[in-house]
Amino acid sequence: MSVEVRLPTVLRENAAGQATITANGGTLAEVMDDIVRQFPLMAGRVVTDEGTLHKFVNVYRNDEDVRYLSQLETTVSDGDVISILPAVAGG
Amino acid sequence: MALVRSVLDLIGDTPLVEVSQLSPRPGVRILVKLEGQNPGGSVKDRIALAMVTEAEASGRLRPGQTILEPSSGNTGIGLALVCRLKGYRLRIVLPENVSVERRQLLEIFGAEIVSSPAEEGSNGAVRMAQRLAGEAATGGDDTGGDDIAFLYQYGNPANPDAHYRGTGPEIWRDCPEVTHFVSGLGTSGTLMGVGRYLKERNPDVRIWAVEPPAGELVSGLRNLDDGFVPEVFDPDVLDRKLIVRPRESIEWTRRLTAEAAIFAGISSGAAMAGAAKAASELDEGVIVTVLADGGWKYLSTGAWTDPIDEVVERASRIVYF
Repeated sequence: MSVEVRLPTVLRENAAGQATITANGGTLAEVMDDIVRQFPLMAGRVVTDEGTLHKFVNVYRNDEDVRYLSQLETTVSDGDVISILPAVAGG
Repeated sequence: MALVRSVLDLIGDTPLVEVSQLSPRPGVRILVKLEGQNPGGSVKDRIALAMVTEAEASGRLRPGQTILEPSSGNTGIGLALVCRLKGYRLRIVLPENVSVERRQLLEIFGAEIVSSPAEEGSNGAVRMAQRLAGEAATGGDDTGGDDIAFLYQYGNPANPDAHYRGTGPEIWRDCPEVTHFVSGLGTSGTLMGVGRYLKERNPDVRIWAVEPPAGELVSGLRNLDDGFVPEVFDPDVLDRKLIVRPRESIEWTRRLTAEAAIFAGISSGAAMAGAAKAASELDEGVIVTVLADGGWKYLSTGAWTDPIDEVVERASRIVYF
């Protein structure tokens, strides 16, 4: 499966300055692995060394927070859009 | 209610209005709670009064102190209203990129505004307020010599408690058949307080959070550790969390006005978009959502009057949650 991955400003320097990249995988974990394969500087930035999502990052599959889907085991389909955003405050 | 002691007595007990004409499914009702009816114009009046009352009772807040708070606007306006009546000075750390009306209202109610960088969004306001509070506690130079009380809505249990004791029971009283509660996620206080209350009454009630893609706005983070999750946020209270983007938020803000004659703010449009999404996935149910404020503070964005592409572009650059 090929998906579009949108990166926040703070991570773009780890991906050759790109705002949007393409990655492959059947699950979010596989997509993240493919991102690190393409851009080694992304290692440890979104997924921790313990294999969980970074505390201050939110990942969305087609605008749904994957923490309320199946976390890193969330499945992806061709054409899905994965958005990675820093956690921010409102109020 | 014909005579009240002050406008503080008008905070809460807001109306719940049927807007099922906006539901995409005929078997699914949608009800909206009009928090713009609060005297300061938003849901945040509730937590402003609750935090001040609790701090007074516990001795954390004393006469003569200055209240310091980071806010993207509405909590600040609520606190400013409360402080006017209770005699406290107020200093709000406000991101530079909020609507001009939010800033004006703070000034009208007499709050002192400390601006934080737009590129850091609300996170930057939180960090700056924490630094100022820390300096005040240690007698630093940047406090103006004031005796500071830092109520800190993001970590203050009185925030969700105001909704657990107020908003939640009001919804249950007015609509015990509620199946879904949908609300915007800012400090998370509304979702935590109402969510806990409703789930205690009926564990089958689903709690959905909607949020803007605010992280796209924040370009000033040095690394992801500069991200922020409010201390009052418990992820287990939610069942689902989704982004509603500015275009959809504006479209639903306009539909609220055009089809339900409700003049609400942009975050209310986002909440309505979430409610409509929930409705579209159901055959029957009753969805309650919170319209956090009225539309008055967003007239300058042209949300109802200008071409939608221009409004979306403008909304993409301001903090409206």
